[in-house]
Amino acid sequence: MAIEKVDLTRIKPYGDTLNDGMMQLSFTLPVPYGDEADEAAKRLAKKMGLEEPSVVYSNDLGVGYTFFVLYGKCQHTVNYEEIEVPKVDGEVMSKYEVEDYIKENIKRDIVIVGACTGTDAHTVGIDAIMNMKGYDGHYGLERYKMVEAHNLGSQVLNEELVAKAIELNADAILVSQVVTQKDVHIPNLTELVELLEAEGIRDKIVLVCGGPRISHELAKELGYDAGFGSGSFANNVASFVVKEIVERNLVNLK
Amino acid sequence: MKSKLNLDINKIDSARNAARSIAEEVQEFIDRHTTSTTERTVARLLGIDGVDEIEKPLPNVVVDNIIEGGGLPLGASYWIGNAMLQTGDCPQIIAEKISRGELDITKLPIADENRIQEKVLEIARENVDKIAKRRDERDNFLNTIGEGEKPYLYVIVATGNIYEDVIQAKAAAKQGADVIAVIRTTAQSLLDYVPYGPTTEGFGGTYATQENFRIMREALDEVGQEVGKYIRLCNYCSGLCMPEIAAMGALERLDVMLNDALYGILFRDINMQRTLVDQYFSRIINGFAGIIINTGEDNYLTTADAVEEAHTVLASQFINEQFALKAGIPEEQMGLGHAFEMNPNIENGFLWELSQAQMAREIFPKAPLKYMPPTKFMTGNIFKGHLQDALFNLVSIWTNQGIQLLGMPTEAIHTPHLQDRMLSIENAKYIFNNARNLGDEIEFKQGGIIQTRAQEVLDKAEKLLRDIEEEGLFSTIEKGQFGGVKRPRDGGKGLEGVTTKDDKYFNPFIQLMLGGEI
Repeated sequence: MAIEKVDLTRIKPYGDTLNDGMMQLSFTLPVPYGDEADEAAKRLAKKMGLEEPSVVYSNDLGVGYTFFVLYGKCQHTVNYEEIEVPKVDGEVMSKYEVEDYIKENIKRDIVIVGACTGTDAHTVGIDAIMNMKGYDGHYGLERYKMVEAHNLGSQVLNEELVAKAIELNADAILVSQVVTQKDVHIPNLTELVELLEAEGIRDKIVLVCGGPRISHELAKELGYDAGFGSGSFANNVASFVVKEIVERNLVNLK
Repeated sequence: MKSKLNLDINKIDSARNAARSIAEEVQEFIDRHTTSTTERTVARLLGIDGVDEIEKPLPNVVVDNIIEGGGLPLGASYWIGNAMLQTGDCPQIIAEKISRGELDITKLPIADENRIQEKVLEIARENVDKIAKRRDERDNFLNTIGEGEKPYLYVIVATGNIYEDVIQAKAAAKQGADVIAVIRTTAQSLLDYVPYGPTTEGFGGTYATQENFRIMREALDEVGQEVGKYIRLCNYCSGLCMPEIAAMGALERLDVMLNDALYGILFRDINMQRTLVDQYFSRIINGFAGIIINTGEDNYLTTADAVEEAHTVLASQFINEQFALKAGIPEEQMGLGHAFEMNPNIENGFLWELSQAQMAREIFPKAPLKYMPPTKFMTGNIFKGHLQDALFNLVSIWTNQGIQLLGMPTEAIHTPHLQDRMLSIENAKYIFNNARNLGDEIEFKQGGIIQTRAQEVLDKAEKLLRDIEEEGLFSTIEKGQFGGVKRPRDGGKGLEGVTTKDDKYFNPFIQLMLGGEI
């Protein structure tokens, strides 16, 4: 029997056979554990376009709520061919390539200021990008030759960050936002852009944000030059920053 | 206990002695100083509570009035005691009068010093008795409905709304949790006052307020009766108001408090003089109230590397132990912290984690060690995360940890959903039950990977502590020895609240709570 070919204009989940649509879900409903709860979960799955829903596990959460693991066959499809996702352009260089690039194209040290701003106290992201040690085998910016990296740490006010960027004559600002509960990061990120504009330095600086819930698309929307999500390392950020400095003719601004 | 790791007892003693002398040197500094929040704590313990019409807490109103009059070096006891003698009012009425501008506490005639002290002691004794009663209540619960087996299952609730937190906490208790930690909103640590009343807002948690403590305490007592075991309540005694939160927690029968001697300095950039003075009084209160403190060494490993910096965790545990002893905290209440934070790609990383957890167990045999789950290397892959947490749980039961902060498969994604806690509790219960006596059965190979690792970490920690002893704690922190974070002695937040005590300064609660009647 010939194996069916993937139709990229109509893709759906794969369980063990092409186009079986099989999906695995886990969720909680605010109803007491029992047959009625299972039925409610199945009906909900049907409304989501999952045919033949099957509750394979359910458990009493103790306060009249029930947890489910459910499988069902998805009926919806997606056209993969028409998808366009905004991404940070350009090739990602290694640490050494970034260093060479600076030497050849910028010919001076560049200054990068980073902080975890607003009320956010979680420095794990900015530390992974900036601190000497880096993260998961990728050295941080402090270790890069010709990069003067200043990690201001956590709970830095936007005003403070802008003042520091001006004082240090920064080429780039990196902002990390880890706590995004209730979208607290959005007004905070927006405020920084407004402050930089008010100071008249927005166009003289490469402005980058990052964090687990940050996408490049969101960053662009908020007025940043780039956004980096989970799985980004120092060299991803550095590659973007150094090229942006060159492309926007920021090399001889100082 | 026979050392499975073949640790050198002399090295342990030498490290402990160095830590003691480090703490003693700092203690001399602490004894000569007080802070605004320390004095607000005295005000609270003398019965002052509530807020003025702009929501400013009355303990702040009173202490600010004292500071304006230049009276902080004498301490709040002195001024409140004097005001009681001069006006015949109780501390709360005095505070209300100050808030209405009817009284300026440092401008009253001054009574005889001995009479002031007597007057204050009367009230101080009454309020210390209240805290002792809360402690007895806990003992009574533990003796009647009992408690879960160690390691206690510790989970967090962090909805940002105290009433929603109550629902999540009760569900967690029913699923088997032993300790519920109510996470605070980000940045409360930097507020130089404690908010008032029930709160339904915050990011990544809600405010620590006395009313929120009371609401959650009541809920946990209730659910504890239902599930037939005492459920412990945990909050954060850290930041710019360490001792005030300790006092509130003592009055509302909290059981566990995050309370580190150095954490605020390193991770919240609070001035080191301020934190060291504040931690002392906060720990005296926690010790007296029977509260288990949790120290924050696990945090070093979120900023520094768990392999390279393991010895700084051990060194900090030694220092935290000595500061805690100074404040009268028994070893049984010292939840010294550490964490399972190695990169999962390290070959034999599990052996190293096991080694370090066993090492902490052997060096601090009576402490209910608080073991923190993997966070730094959680990826969003909930399935792998669940496995990482399983290995973490295995190390814990194997090495007899005291308090297990349960890892969540959804760590690095969101604050826990209801079902995440259920899955984590199930994971831990399964492993704890299935491997309950593993540690009694297994010994480690002489000179093998596990023994060698622990010996190396102890060696390095002992050296570091002797260096710090030489250098002094203040300048060690200035040089960035802990968590790779440098803090200047006069930098950071809250320095303006630190002052040198006058000869006539007295704080009745230190004597009453540290024992030795006055």
